[in-house]
Amino acid sequence: MNAGAVDHSRFEFLLRAGDNGLILGQRLVALLGHAPVLEEELGIANVALDLLGHARMWLSYAGEVEGAKRTEDDMAFFRNAGEFRNALLVEQPNGSFADTIVRQFLFDAWHVRALGAWSASADERIAAIAQKAKPEADYHLTRSCDWVVRLGDGTDESHARMQAALVGLWPYTSELFAADGVDRDLAARGIVAPEDLREAWLHDAQAVFARATLAIPDDAWAPTGGKRGLHTEHLSYLLAEMQSLRRSVPGERW
Amino acid sequence: MTPSVAQVWEWLGDVPDPEIPAISVVDLGIVRRVTWTDDAAQPELHVAITPTYSGCPATTMIRRDIVGALHARGLERVRLDVELAPPWSTAAISASGRDKLRAYGIAPPDPDAVVACPRCGSTAVECTSAFGSTPCKALYRCTACREPFDRFKCH
Repeated sequence: MNAGAVDHSRFEFLLRAGDNGLILGQRLVALLGHAPVLEEELGIANVALDLLGHARMWLSYAGEVEGAKRTEDDMAFFRNAGEFRNALLVEQPNGSFADTIVRQFLFDAWHVRALGAWSASADERIAAIAQKAKPEADYHLTRSCDWVVRLGDGTDESHARMQAALVGLWPYTSELFAADGVDRDLAARGIVAPEDLREAWLHDAQAVFARATLAIPDDAWAPTGGKRGLHTEHLSYLLAEMQSLRRSVPGERW
Repeated sequence: MTPSVAQVWEWLGDVPDPEIPAISVVDLGIVRRVTWTDDAAQPELHVAITPTYSGCPATTMIRRDIVGALHARGLERVRLDVELAPPWSTAAISASGRDKLRAYGIAPPDPDAVVACPRCGSTAVECTSAFGSTPCKALYRCTACREPFDRFKCH
């Protein structure tokens, strides 16, 4: 690599990690005031806060790697949908509480495994952020596991809703483990490739879904694209809400 | 005159955590190192701190409070370095910090100990919410004295 050239793969990796936290955090924030019980109001707010905290660390680092003086706020508020690199899973709508919880569990189980692997990254800053985020993600997973089991192995109604949510969201999980050129380049430099996380993730997920009496759908349709900026239609609406204030009064302060 | 590092630590010990004012930023283990640069003519104080929870909104205030407290003591050249690694954990909370938390009504985070009610000491407690009013706390209830209380999460 030429001295001074932007480390494209590292930059893309950091956007992917940061955008996952930012977009899922924003999704969860929209539920505040609407949670089914007070404890969940607290849980959702705290999980969203942690994810936004992670996003700030990843996106700040992305801005430094890019070297164009973009801050975490520039990254969050002044990129368009095609420039976001989050997985399709996290931008899916909140739906019912079953959809929200299944999305969260599928993400949390991946997140814990990914952060565990990145904690040993050859890039010290990536390792430090991952080590910082990991215990928080563990706590999130404890909560989402608990809900998946309780609602999956709950009433006929809750079971049916959870099974439908799982059928709807499962296809989006394959993208989490699909490696592209960026991933392969980073793997050659000591950052674990996504496909190497799948076996452990699947093992974790199967154990929880078995306890929840939920059936994992067959692998079929497997949409991808989030990692290169090709998103579902849901992302633009989310961004419009998240970015409109900052874009209508750029540079404004509270 | 340049105050000693020990003096600076003592001053930092008076800077309260903005969310839990009963405990200082030193008790919490947020302050990692205090050093003076070698430059004899214009020494600069370096304070290394580490954030507690990634998304804790108090982090910004803590940085401001630390710098503000040192400025108020007449130290003008202060640099704050934020370190992530190794990550902060509740093991960094001092023994006196744990006592202060308990006296304030928050069960301290002892990974090996059973959670005890900070008011009556009973261990007959139940968790009512894994998440609480700040990122560091969970909600509990004592089934002996019936009081609800916060527990500092083990982390």
